[in-house]
Amino acid sequence: MGKFFAVILTLIALASAYPILTHMYVQPVDISTHGHAIDEQLSDTMAEAGFAFLGAQLLLAFFVWKYSSRKNGVKVKHLPGGAKLMVATAFIFVGTEVLALGVLGQKAWAEVYFTAPKPDALQVQAQAGQFAFYFRYPGADEKFAPLHPDKIDEGNGNYFGLDPANDVEARDDIVTAELAIPVNREIHLLMHAKDVGHSFYVRELRIQQDFVPGLDLSVHFTATKTGKYEIVCTQLCGLGHYNMKAYLNVLSQEDFDKWLKEKASEQ
Amino acid sequence: MGIKQGFVAGVAVLVVSAALYAGPSGGTISGKVTYEGTPAKQKPIDMSKEPSCAQQHATPITTETVVTGPNNALENVVVYISAGAPDDSTAPGQPAKFTQKGCQYLPHVLAFEVNQTLEIANDDQTSHNIHPLPKVNREWNKSQPPGTPPISEKYDKPEFIPVKCNIHPWMHGNFAVLKNSHYAVSQGEGSFTLPNLPPGKYTITAWHESYGDQSQEVTITGSETKTVNFVFKAKPY
Amino acid sequence: MEEAVVPAAHVHAPPEGFIRKHVFSLDHKVIGKQYYGLGLVAVFIGMGLSWLMRFHLVWPTTKVPGLELLSSTGAPGGVITPEYYLSLLTMHGTLMVFFVLTNAPFAGFGNYFLPIQIGAEDMAFPRFNMMSFWITFCAFIVLILAFFIPDGPPISGWTAYAPLSAVGKDAGPGLAWGQSLWAMSIAIFCVGQLFGSLNFIATTLDLRAKGMTFMRMPICTWAWFITSAIGLLAFAVLLPACLLLLLDRMAGTSFFIPAGLVISDRLQNHAGGSPLLWQHLFWFFGHPEVYIAILPAIGIVSHVLITNMRKPMLSAKVLIYSMMSIGFLSWMVWGHHMFVSGMNPTSSLLFSFPTLTITIPATIITLIWLGSLYGANMQINAASLFALGFVSMFVSGGVSGFFLAQPSIDIYLHATYFVVGHFHMVMGVAAIFGIFSGTYFWFPKMSGRMMNETLGKLHFWITFIGTYCIFMPFHYLGLVGNVRRYSSFVDDFMAPLMPVHKFISIAAFVTGAAQFIFLYNLIHSRFRGKQASENPWNATSLEWSIPSPPPWDNFGGKHPVIYHDPYQYGVKGSKGDFVMQDSPEQV
Repeated sequence: MGKFFAVILTLIALASAYPILTHMYVQPVDISTHGHAIDEQLSDTMAEAGFAFLGAQLLLAFFVWKYSSRKNGVKVKHLPGGAKLMVATAFIFVGTEVLALGVLGQKAWAEVYFTAPKPDALQVQAQAGQFAFYFRYPGADEKFAPLHPDKIDEGNGNYFGLDPANDVEARDDIVTAELAIPVNREIHLLMHAKDVGHSFYVRELRIQQDFVPGLDLSVHFTATKTGKYEIVCTQLCGLGHYNMKAYLNVLSQEDFDKWLKEKASEQ
Repeated sequence: MGIKQGFVAGVAVLVVSAALYAGPSGGTISGKVTYEGTPAKQKPIDMSKEPSCAQQHATPITTETVVTGPNNALENVVVYISAGAPDDSTAPGQPAKFTQKGCQYLPHVLAFEVNQTLEIANDDQTSHNIHPLPKVNREWNKSQPPGTPPISEKYDKPEFIPVKCNIHPWMHGNFAVLKNSHYAVSQGEGSFTLPNLPPGKYTITAWHESYGDQSQEVTITGSETKTVNFVFKAKPY
Repeated sequence: MEEAVVPAAHVHAPPEGFIRKHVFSLDHKVIGKQYYGLGLVAVFIGMGLSWLMRFHLVWPTTKVPGLELLSSTGAPGGVITPEYYLSLLTMHGTLMVFFVLTNAPFAGFGNYFLPIQIGAEDMAFPRFNMMSFWITFCAFIVLILAFFIPDGPPISGWTAYAPLSAVGKDAGPGLAWGQSLWAMSIAIFCVGQLFGSLNFIATTLDLRAKGMTFMRMPICTWAWFITSAIGLLAFAVLLPACLLLLLDRMAGTSFFIPAGLVISDRLQNHAGGSPLLWQHLFWFFGHPEVYIAILPAIGIVSHVLITNMRKPMLSAKVLIYSMMSIGFLSWMVWGHHMFVSGMNPTSSLLFSFPTLTITIPATIITLIWLGSLYGANMQINAASLFALGFVSMFVSGGVSGFFLAQPSIDIYLHATYFVVGHFHMVMGVAAIFGIFSGTYFWFPKMSGRMMNETLGKLHFWITFIGTYCIFMPFHYLGLVGNVRRYSSFVDDFMAPLMPVHKFISIAAFVTGAAQFIFLYNLIHSRFRGKQASENPWNATSLEWSIPSPPPWDNFGGKHPVIYHDPYQYGVKGSKGDFVMQDSPEQV
């Protein structure tokens, strides 16, 4: 039975590694300027984790194969080197691996979080609320009008709580359900939560950031490929969580200008 | 008295009693609801997050907080007798139907009576949640996945109740829960008719979701038709 | 080494009558079995909930017969609504983490065997011990009540992130009374665990038999001891967190709720709170909780492995020190759950390092197991198979931790099925393998009868292969970007992944069904199993020196004296290749 365990475990280990080795499941294409660092870090980690996984599982299988259900009265042996060898191995191999991953990984993290958006980045506000995203562009005056939560009137299309009656700045703000952005231009996304916690996740952008009620968070990124991509909510926000999504529409600069004009006329 | 006369007299009694029962002697109030000024611009709704709904609308539907018709007609105004008529002791047997289709509430304003069954159906391929926001009635919030049976509910107090779908935040509607059967919701021309009113002094109220309510006093003496018009003041914001 | 202490601090009279013997018993062994039984009830409910979830994910519009009877609004006509899916998810997580993974390996086996393994007659505080179980039982009832109230169970997940969990009914179904019951249940649970942890610590410190020095305690005793220290600190943080949550919900305070929230068109009357405060408090408990679940399993599995390898570990000391370092490091890593929460990005880096560092003691433990297998005379039985399966699962679940410990990768993998696969393997399945291993190993001692080995092995093979079929594909789904906690996959992006989900669901049904083999084996063996001898596994620790099942005062009035450390295997003893801890034989 011990040998059977060894065979099954070997098969499981190989079958688990097969889809990774053959790239059966890969991340969606990266359309951001910072994503390559994350992807590299991910594949480095995959290599190290895969090595550790296969190594440990196969060793376990081998030892169980070799040392199980032996003759009665067989004399047990001890591994030369004993626990010291194990501790040394753990510190040397895993320790360096940990340090390497830890240090290298900071580069990818820093590219996203420790750089300031360029001053000419396009500012867009994203609002997450149960269970849809809405986006706001500052309009002709290039100013975001202040928000008044008590003015929110979703039936009337006032998702943000603007007060155009008393607030002239609010009249040219452009509110949309889709996040259209120009390609190859940095976007500074200002994040606002209307009700509970939500998250902004675009797989292709390699961006995930929570919306936290009461906190003014922001992310910045540059998309390098035109196309339509899904924005999904990844923070459990209530019954409609599964259906909370919007589209990121990366357009050429001309198409973006046209789109923005059209949206402005709808307000 | 011959058989024939007897028959005629019998029929006459029947006709008269039927007439008394139905109250044809009652009067009618009819009129028009209009607005003056500039109403708020109704914005197109982007339903892209729910493709199965978006594709049901060749051109995007707009918000419906102020729906207008030709000649400044104002739709979706509930006109009802707020005082002077007795409360209905029993609710009508047939249910009031509220449908979700293309991620839109049909009708946008649904008037029905206290304790009348409200039947809510989902004609869409997606889940909706029906979340009326009453202040005096009991609150509930129910999801309705596609293919599930209609939801039946009742309200036991009169109230105007905003209704929303949390999953599709643009979906907003209204329930008008009323005490008696004398009500109408203004349609395309802004017109309404309240027939079969027994003689009496009535307060007639028109309610609009954005513009609030207005009331007028009307006295019905016989079977006349009285005209009552309402004019709401519209604001651009 | 310090001197052993007199083990008769607390002697109580033998219990009389059914209630005192089986219900409100002061006997640590009965209480241990009660915890185990509660865990067993909870795990089958939790598994049933996971079946419903897996069913709904792949056949979203198919009716589940009879479900409407449980909840007419949650499953109208038997079709699970999005919010009921989240209710199932919340209750599944809560039941499994609190009432299974904390109860069975720690409170259950710990209660039963810790006093025996150190040579004590009972816990230090038997009355507290009884109270801690019945408090935990109350917590369970309060939680289960949520299924039967009109509001339904909460939908905010087992992590109950504020403000969703704090604002009440406007945020959705289940968030009125359902969420309040949840918070009450967890607060009550914390009280029970605090009593329990204190008791474990006091017992280990004070009631060791003569000669039972710290380093002569079996590895699993150490694991329970370390776990109780973690539990004492962790539940002491979760308790006030739950109380603050209840205050926000019921007394109008705003610890977790900031100003200006508009929920279901209603402006909330709160201001000044911080949602991140809840996350910090919750994960300050939550990450150590992972080790509360896994350390006892590590201890149990080590104990079972050594006995079945017929040789000691390369070094029990190193293993114990590694468990301590894990326990210590567990307090510095909670922020790795919050990399994308909006916490200062610098703190993400600071939380990342200790998280990666935990890999070192975890690797040492794994290598000690593997290295000890070298040259062993491994006995294969249901208990040792589950112990070997545990080692395999611990590795599989552990390596995926490499990914999630790094904030940069977490940007992509956070809140995907990768995370679900990771914690189910390392915390869920591995810990449950530890429970199974312990059950097959100790059942003869607990009941006086052997379990059926054939059924036990069958149970192992289906469970071992089945859990890999379920949880490995979770990782692949996560790599593609499949988001967790979705009640259905409505968009085009997820559609191509549906075959994988179908495969997982079918594997889950089969694996779940195999657990009924275990249940049958457990019940059948309890009444019809072969009589067990005092020491069926030829083991060395104290629990095998007394009758099966043990008398009410464990050692029949005798005070054991300890002469050896607990793992004298592979030696020439009078009974075979082992010498028991209380045997005065020289080795």
